Amino acid sequence: MLDVKLFDSTDEVAWCPGCYNFAILRAVKQALASLDIQPHQVMFSSGIGQAAKLPHYLKCNLFNGLHGRTLPVATGIKLANHALHVIAEGGDGDGYAEGGNHFVHAMRRNPGVTYLVHDNQIYGLTKGQTSPTSEPGFVTATTPFGNFNFPEHPLAVAVACDCSFVARGFAGDAERLAELIAQAISHPGFALVDILQPCVTFNKVNTYQWYKQRVYALDQTHDPRDRGAAFAKATEWGDRIPLGVIYRNDRPPLESLLPQLKHGALAAQDIGADRREDLIANFR
Amino acid sequence: MIDLTIIIAGAAGQGMQTISFILSKALTRQGYYVYCYQDLMSRVRGGHNVTAIRISDRAVGSSAEKANILIALDRESIDLHAGGLVADGVIVFDGGRTPYANAALNLFPAPLERLAVEHGQNKQMANTVACGVACSLLSYDVDVLADTLGEIFAAKGDPVVEANIRAARAGFEFAEQEFKGVCPYCTLHEKRAKPERRLLMTGSEAAAYGALVSGLKFLSAYPMSPATAIMEYLAAKQDEVPALVVEQAEDEIAAINMAIGAAAAGVRAMTSTSGGGFALMTEALSLAGMAEVPLVVYIAQRPGPATGFPTRTEQGDLLFALYGGHGEFARAILAPGDAEEAVYAMGRAFNLADRYQTPAIVLGDQDLNDSHWTFDNVDFDKLTIDRGRLLGSWDKADGEYRRYHPSADGISPRLAPGATDEVQYWDSDEHSEQGHITESAALRRQMVAKRLHKLKGMALESLPPVVLDKGDDVALVGFGSSKWAVREAVEALASQGVKASAVHFAQPYPLNPETAALLGEFLRVVVVEQNATGQFAKLLLTEAGVKAHGSILRFDGRPLTAKYIVDSYNSL
Repeated sequence: MLDVKLFDSTDEVAWCPGCYNFAILRAVKQALASLDIQPHQVMFSSGIGQAAKLPHYLKCNLFNGLHGRTLPVATGIKLANHALHVIAEGGDGDGYAEGGNHFVHAMRRNPGVTYLVHDNQIYGLTKGQTSPTSEPGFVTATTPFGNFNFPEHPLAVAVACDCSFVARGFAGDAERLAELIAQAISHPGFALVDILQPCVTFNKVNTYQWYKQRVYALDQTHDPRDRGAAFAKATEWGDRIPLGVIYRNDRPPLESLLPQLKHGALAAQDIGADRREDLIANFR
Repeated sequence: MIDLTIIIAGAAGQGMQTISFILSKALTRQGYYVYCYQDLMSRVRGGHNVTAIRISDRAVGSSAEKANILIALDRESIDLHAGGLVADGVIVFDGGRTPYANAALNLFPAPLERLAVEHGQNKQMANTVACGVACSLLSYDVDVLADTLGEIFAAKGDPVVEANIRAARAGFEFAEQEFKGVCPYCTLHEKRAKPERRLLMTGSEAAAYGALVSGLKFLSAYPMSPATAIMEYLAAKQDEVPALVVEQAEDEIAAINMAIGAAAAGVRAMTSTSGGGFALMTEALSLAGMAEVPLVVYIAQRPGPATGFPTRTEQGDLLFALYGGHGEFARAILAPGDAEEAVYAMGRAFNLADRYQTPAIVLGDQDLNDSHWTFDNVDFDKLTIDRGRLLGSWDKADGEYRRYHPSADGISPRLAPGATDEVQYWDSDEHSEQGHITESAALRRQMVAKRLHKLKGMALESLPPVVLDKGDDVALVGFGSSKWAVREAVEALASQGVKASAVHFAQPYPLNPETAALLGEFLRVVVVEQNATGQFAKLLLTEAGVKAHGSILRFDGRPLTAKYIVDSYNSL
């Protein structure tokens, strides 16, 4: 176990006071420290949104790119250097709206990438608009008559895509969240952790109390390798909301399937300049 | 001088591309230069397709206006292309399957399908029989053709190879008996010394090969004509070269973002697409400019707007490549004029991207990418790899590593993440030297200047235009794949008394600083380009202050030819 202070960043934090992102940041640091991962051994990919700022407040490698494009960047990083621990981080708008297509295809591809989604059912950075996970009837600046759309259930989508690790955490319980994130990072393939997060400024419906009354931890009776049971848990949303590992399988990660990567990380391999004559022979 | 054109026409799926490739390869091997243009319809089967092989004893790179030999694989091809022949041009067609007579035409009926069935394996080998007939008409060495067939079909096993060789010889012998002495084109009888190193490549193959030997390790792309062949060539090489990953992305947005991730992680990375795909990529192109990511983007242009002509050619995306992406950032644009230049353009693009830590775009088009080109060789001395300020280690005495550390030329030291114990932050937001988000006006001014300063260095080393000097009255100026048509036009104009030179730009942006002085030596500047609005003429005006006296534009999806340019020039 490393000292969590190793992950402290000097960057000034721009979150609202009392934001549950602070709890997630603590959990991420604790997860990395518990796995003995040094800051230079991990690379984050984040998009745009309050969640996507998190890696700036952490000592680590970071590519902070475009809104919704965290997963393609993370996939590129992982394929270029699979020795790095690669963690993609963003919010529900970033991942499930703007990046919804990449979300589905990343799960198909199954690179060894951990995906942390801060799911607060609201857009925070742009100051309070509806999100893909907002409840029907949810009144926001852009839905004055209440949201007409049904919410996406990201975990159900993930189970449907045979995502190799599907979990739900709660920012109101940073200790358990840290354990869940550590499990996700240790998982060889693509690992989704949807993190329920109260937004103290813009979401007055899904508050800490709202979540606290509903969430419960999955116990031994749930078998995360049973896809049917996992689907049932992934769609359980109402009076009771399950937390923990919903689903997992042993699909080999993408990088383990590529014979080119058996000799080491792409970034570390020789380009084999001596092959250029052989390659051109076909054209003579 | 030898200058012959064979047109092979038929329904899509009849194997015109196979025949034209076999003939082009066999001819290249015996010392001829070919340029083989694919005039394709956007269908897998059922459309009418044409390939035109131009054969010469000197380098060629554009289509002739009229053909000498038409190989018509169906009746429609005769009707469509008989008018495209020179006065004594000949038409080879399947006289057994499609009896046809027309006293006005020089018809050479050959039982292609019957010979294919009798000597080959099935009637699909009619195209190989036609190769044999063409070989006889050209008085070409049928053994060279047989050797080429052997190599091309080797992977399909001996029975296929042997059947194809028998089919080709049957066509050859039939034509020798029936057409000997009556064909006016028996001009390739002079057996040329076999050149050891001459190459036949499409522009796509040349670009892909050029990328590979320049150290490309990661390509992510989404299939789109006419760029798909680049990713297909590279995908097929993944088991032959030690370090290459090709990923087919879910869309062009993912494609460019994956390449950006791989580039940030320290490997040479690229994406390839056409104009429509590039449109989806522009947000991420801007990201690469902001985050200072060394990225190469290959755009094989086709006529737009929207879906346009998916399988035809245009140079309509020059200004889109220049201005695509929000905000202001440095980029380089290269525009190779043929397959040979495409190889070097890739090496140059990767070096520029790495040295200036910003995107480099290579602009091709359907003509360049799909055509086969003969050229002498690749000079590996012109393909040295320069990764710029990518460092292998970090001296702690210099303090903590900062991704956007200031420097006089705007270029910061780079480290591959994970290679040292330093950490690095790449940022899409305006950022500090460390790469953290900032709102500071002073940092904004500093970082904008840093990023744009790169243009100064890139301009100083920009490729100067290549001039084919035939006189200083008129400069016929072009970029990219117009190179050979403009050269040929200049020669044709010389014979009509016009003193014109061909000026080819293989790097439209940033322009070489000598551009204005060079073009100022001509009385008139006429810009030749394949678009409707004169985009390169606009670029010359805004970037070099050169005002063209006229423009020759082609935007019907067909490649430029010398005759088109000369006719247009004469009516300026």
